Amino acid sequence: MLKQMEGSRAVAEAIALCRPEVICAYPISPQTHIVEALGEMVKDATLGDCEYINVESEFAAMSVAIGASAAGARSYTATASQGLLYMVEAVYNASGLGLPIVMTVANRAIGAPINIWNDHSDSLSQRDSGWLQLFAETNQEALDLHIQAFKLAEELSLPIMVCMDGFILTHAYERVDMPTQQQVDQYLPPYEPRQVLDPAEPVSIGAMVGPEAFMEVRYLAHAKQMQALERIPQLAEEFQAVFGRDSGGLIRSYRTEDAETIIIAMGSVLGTIKDTVDAMREQGHKIGVLGITSFRPFPYAAVAAALKDCQRFVVLEKSLAVGGGGIVATDVRLACTGMGLQGHTVIAGLGGRAITVKSLTALFEKACAGELELNTFLDLDWKAVNKQLEREKQVRRSGPIAENLLRDAGVVAARNY
Amino acid sequence: MSFQPIKFYQTGTFTVGNRLLAPEERSVQASDKRYNSINSGHRACQGCGEALGARYAIDAAMEATQGQLICANATGCLEVFSTPYPETSWQIPWVHSLFGNTAAVATGIAAALKVKQKKGERNPAIRVVAQGGDGGTTDIGFGCLSGMFERNDDVLYICYDNGGYMNTGVQRSSATPPAARTATTMAVGSEPGNAFGQGKFVPAIAMAHEIPYVATATVADLRDLEAKVSRAMELRGARYIHILVPCPLGWGTASSETIKIARLAKETGLFPVFSAEYGEQKSALAIRQKLPVEDYLRPQKRYAHLFGKQPDVQVIAKLQALADRNIRKYNLLEGL
Amino acid sequence: MDKPFAITLDPGSSLANRTGSWRTFKPLYLDRLPPCNAACPAGENIQGWLFHAESGDYEAAWRALTENNPLPAIMGRVCYHPCQGACNRQNIDSSVGINAVERFLGDEAIKRGWAFPKPANKSGKRVLVVGAGPSGLSAAYHLARLGHEVEIHEAGPYAGGMMRFGIPQYRLPRDVLNAEVKRILDLGVVLRLDTKVSNIQDSMQAGQFDAAFLAVGAHIGKRAFIPAGDATKIVDAVSVLRSMEGEDKPMLGRRVVVYGGGNTAIDVARTVKRLGASEAIIVYRRTREKAPAHDFEIEEALQEGVMVKWLSTIKQAGEGEITIEKMALDDKGFPQPTGEFETLAADSVVLALGQDVDLSLLDGLPGLELKDGTVQVNQNMMTGHPGIFAGGDMVPSERTVTVAVGHGKKAAHHIDAWLRGETYAPPPKHEIASFDKLNPWYYTEAPHMVRPTLDIIRRQSTFEEVQGGLDENNALFEARRCLSCGNCFECDNCYGVCPDNAVIKLGPGKRFEFNYDYCKGCGVCAAECPCGAIKMMPEEN
Ligand SMILES: Cc1cc2nc3c(=O)[nH]c(=O)nc-3n(C[C@H](O)[C@H](O)[C@H](O)COP(=O)(O)OP(=O)(O)OC[C@H]3O[C@@H](n4cnc5c(N)ncnc54)[C@H](O)[C@@H]3O)c2cc1C
Ligand SMILES: Cc1ncc(C[n+]2csc(CCOP(=O)(O)OP(=O)(O)O)c2C)c(N)n1
Ligand code: SF4
Ligand SMILES: [Mg+2]
Repeated sequence: MLKQMEGSRAVAEAIALCRPEVICAYPISPQTHIVEALGEMVKDATLGDCEYINVESEFAAMSVAIGASAAGARSYTATASQGLLYMVEAVYNASGLGLPIVMTVANRAIGAPINIWNDHSDSLSQRDSGWLQLFAETNQEALDLHIQAFKLAEELSLPIMVCMDGFILTHAYERVDMPTQQQVDQYLPPYEPRQVLDPAEPVSIGAMVGPEAFMEVRYLAHAKQMQALERIPQLAEEFQAVFGRDSGGLIRSYRTEDAETIIIAMGSVLGTIKDTVDAMREQGHKIGVLGITSFRPFPYAAVAAALKDCQRFVVLEKSLAVGGGGIVATDVRLACTGMGLQGHTVIAGLGGRAITVKSLTALFEKACAGELELNTFLDLDWKAVNKQLEREKQVRRSGPIAENLLRDAGVVAARNY
Repeated sequence: MSFQPIKFYQTGTFTVGNRLLAPEERSVQASDKRYNSINSGHRACQGCGEALGARYAIDAAMEATQGQLICANATGCLEVFSTPYPETSWQIPWVHSLFGNTAAVATGIAAALKVKQKKGERNPAIRVVAQGGDGGTTDIGFGCLSGMFERNDDVLYICYDNGGYMNTGVQRSSATPPAARTATTMAVGSEPGNAFGQGKFVPAIAMAHEIPYVATATVADLRDLEAKVSRAMELRGARYIHILVPCPLGWGTASSETIKIARLAKETGLFPVFSAEYGEQKSALAIRQKLPVEDYLRPQKRYAHLFGKQPDVQVIAKLQALADRNIRKYNLLEGL
Repeated sequence: MDKPFAITLDPGSSLANRTGSWRTFKPLYLDRLPPCNAACPAGENIQGWLFHAESGDYEAAWRALTENNPLPAIMGRVCYHPCQGACNRQNIDSSVGINAVERFLGDEAIKRGWAFPKPANKSGKRVLVVGAGPSGLSAAYHLARLGHEVEIHEAGPYAGGMMRFGIPQYRLPRDVLNAEVKRILDLGVVLRLDTKVSNIQDSMQAGQFDAAFLAVGAHIGKRAFIPAGDATKIVDAVSVLRSMEGEDKPMLGRRVVVYGGGNTAIDVARTVKRLGASEAIIVYRRTREKAPAHDFEIEEALQEGVMVKWLSTIKQAGEGEITIEKMALDDKGFPQPTGEFETLAADSVVLALGQDVDLSLLDGLPGLELKDGTVQVNQNMMTGHPGIFAGGDMVPSERTVTVAVGHGKKAAHHIDAWLRGETYAPPPKHEIASFDKLNPWYYTEAPHMVRPTLDIIRRQSTFEEVQGGLDENNALFEARRCLSCGNCFECDNCYGVCPDNAVIKLGPGKRFEFNYDYCKGCGVCAAECPCGAIKMMPEEN
């Protein structure tokens, strides 16, 4: 059924259709609307047979989900940013124990400086946590990915983060096609846990494992994610069969036929990129787009295949490995090792910085002309940055960077130290 | 009284069993059909109070639920010595997640059970117990514990208090008693050992949450401990039992003296044994033979600095004052 | 369940880890000798029979008791219970009232008519027992149970020896005595009364006995030289007490002085009081503390109105009065005359200065060795003459019913072996379960049950039994005060307190076993065993 609704609401309704049994909620923007909506549905019993728990922290949220999942319940939570970091220990634990928890990450920057706006630093900080990470481009895809995520997680006994851009998707009112309960039930079988805490068949879950078996445990987790590379496209096909919609998969190419330049990105920014590319195509640029849906497991082979006919690629990502560079870019470069491609990294949109068609057009034109540097910080205020760097050269202790920059920008009144 | 003492049968309720008692009056541990929830072959130190306390408590909970129990366990000695791959000592469904999240994990299990039981997919009798050391409970796990209390989740949380982070080599926790030497409160300087005026007594904080049941116990009073676990299992909602479990390694006591030391902790009043329901004290296990704190301190190497050539009478007096205050506060002489 | 590798494990799999290899010390179950048992001259396994009494199985208790002593109802009245003096419980509150429980069991047996099992097989040997006092009766009982044919020759008209002709009825009612004697005779023991043995060898020959046990006691009252006029009646205590059993009660007058400080003196004084004497005065040369009489007996006598002149000797007995001299203890504690005199009104003086043994039946017996008027026996209770054994008051030892019973039992075992041409080796004694071996924490507070006492008026005028018995409740309670020193009483402590679940419970009556595969040797079981039945031993290597 087609509905106009907020992204968070859409996700909440999709989650409800997945018949979760335990939901843990802790507020943090921009995820909050999802759990609020779910809370209401549990309370008014539209979402039956579900325990909704207002926990005291994200650490507890993930921990409750761990307990619930280990006891055989389909478990869900949502978080973002600081909340994700606060639960990190439990995040690793959930995957280590192989518990198929599904968590929405409403992607948001990480402080300090505290910032509520969108970028991908939060979930990408959990790149190696053992969780699968699926990135949604649209609210429709966010909704669909959650349904697929439960199925995939439970098949593999691994937890999955469905990542959707904070505010940009979570708070956007868009038209979505909300599936029926019957469709979801047809697609998603009831949760049959691989291991469960049950007096009828007692086991000890979470043993201490020493050097003699630890590598094997880790390798097996890796092997599982490799299996997911096969299952994800199949699940997308199965999804299409039931819901009549092409959604999910590992990657998604857009106008890459004969493209010399391919722009690679994750999440909602793909929309803006596609608009820009559409316009540039009209002007005759041989440019295309590659969206990555599955960041973990990373589809190295699929990416390499998608890039095999181009000359260069530009990874535009909303994350920065400080002191390194791009995070997604590193994986893409690894994927096309030896292919002789020109690769570029563009760090963009950190902390919610707008990514405009204008800036993208200029950027892509430069790329197509072969003039783009290796690393680009899109729309960086070089004046402010350079001024601060200059100041720091003179005075070693120059006060907090953020405040100085804001002072330079005239946002806060200068204060004398 | 926290439990119904047996009228005189030679040993009353002091020994584990008593051949003269009717079967229904016997302790869980006395039975050859006890669950042995934690089985032989675990790697706890010789005479480990925690290993003992865990068997007492979990077997009692198993008895109360007729074997329908799931247990979540915090990181710490108990976890490490019971489940090193490839062997586990647990005979019950058991999960270890992290050091500081055990109460929350248990909440999750309880929530899952509630739903599953409602749906008729799981035995409706299954209950949840969480357990951890004092560090995992009073320090790092305290947030989750308080949350579990406050939500009144249907979990019995059992803290095995050995007064420190033993698994990492005997460091101070907020349950380490004053004057005690630990690896991070060494017996050096002008105030050797752990400082006075610090630390927290979580049973009292648990009471402040007004949860259905809070109790303390020691491994020296099995019947009391079992009665408390079984009372706890009669109730629904958040329940907390704090058990004093001497650690021969950390306390510097003979492995054979584990129970004796626990007994002395109770008999001196340094460790008050009581129970409370909905925030109000309901019982106190009376001291049988009031003893000076010195009797408790002296056998423990962690207090050795108090008994050099000259006993440190001032510090001993301060500890005595703490015991006396407990005695007053919890009515330990008369009992309740 | 499709368990993930390594992080999820099968229940109880730690059994593969044999932690027993950690052990440097090893716990062992053992039976230590309870101090009461060690102190019992009759060799009773007191803790053993209390164990049955504790569970209310009085018959089993009585049977266990009578394995060693056939006279519990008597012992429960007249024994001076050295067991209670040794009882560990006195370190907690007060000794277990073993004697009271013994009496309860003895009375219960009489009431219920419990009998001894008939001996299974006959040895064909004949043993003569001379004297039907406690020692003779005890020997006869054990010999009969060992399958021998036993005949007791008793000089007097009744069996019992000093239990009948010494100990007054108010302490030992005669129906009790008769019942316990009869039960022994029911085993097939032949008792010939009024049969004085004047020559042991003759009697043995005449009756074709293979061995003999002599237990003639010590019946000849010792005399002291007291200058006395004819008018003063001077008699000895044993004859006074003996005449209490006959038709004619002794005529001693209204004011009677008893000379001596032993239990016999007390018994005579109390008897005299009951016979109607207005004054019964004991004269003793030392102090109350030094008197051989038990303090409780002195106390009872004083309650009944008996008077005592401590530190006094009789100098002279005259017409209706005697002269006594005050004594004073010297540095060494011996009484010395002070030269201070006093006169006391007295119609008669009863001498209670001890007894000598009538050894005439042994005249001419080769090999015999005598010393201080008693017969020497070796550690097997045999006299210097092969096949002739002796015990009780006639051999050098403490003179009590209990010792006499013990001698009888001991001699019976040795006679039995001797008859088979063997020597009897008693089982080795365990180490004593002294109080420091116990963990007294585990015993409940339990005050001693006091036996009822007859009211004072009747104690002064009748021969009714002074001390009553415990009723069943009290007896059970008292039995349960037993700490079971040194002997497992299945309290389950070791089973419960083992942090390693390394104690196996074998079931009621079967005790426990260590599982050394897992026992780490921490020693908690030994420390927490209430009764000291576990010992830690260093591991061999
Ligand atoms: C007044 C009194 C009170 C006592 N009170 C107690 C008491 O409370 N508790 C206690 O433990 N002890 C008590 N005793 C001591 C105790 O009675 C004796 O130690 C005990 O009876 C000794 O037993 P026996 O078998 O050796 O000799 P006896 O009991 O003296 O028995 C010897 C028997 O042998 C018989 N006999 C002697 N010569 C011959 C012979 N030639 N042929 C055949 N038969 C013979 C005698 O008639 C007698 O029956 C008391 C003693 C007295 C005198
Ligand atoms: C988050 C975290 N911090 C620290 C540790 C290290 N650690 C493991 S066990 C332990 C001590 C446990 O102390 P306690 O809870 O009192 O249990 P005990 O070992 O004394 O029984 C510590 C500090 C950890 N595992 N996880
Ligand atoms: S260190 Fe202490 S708590 Fe840990 S196993 Fe050893 S005795 Fe038990
Ligand atoms: Mg601890």
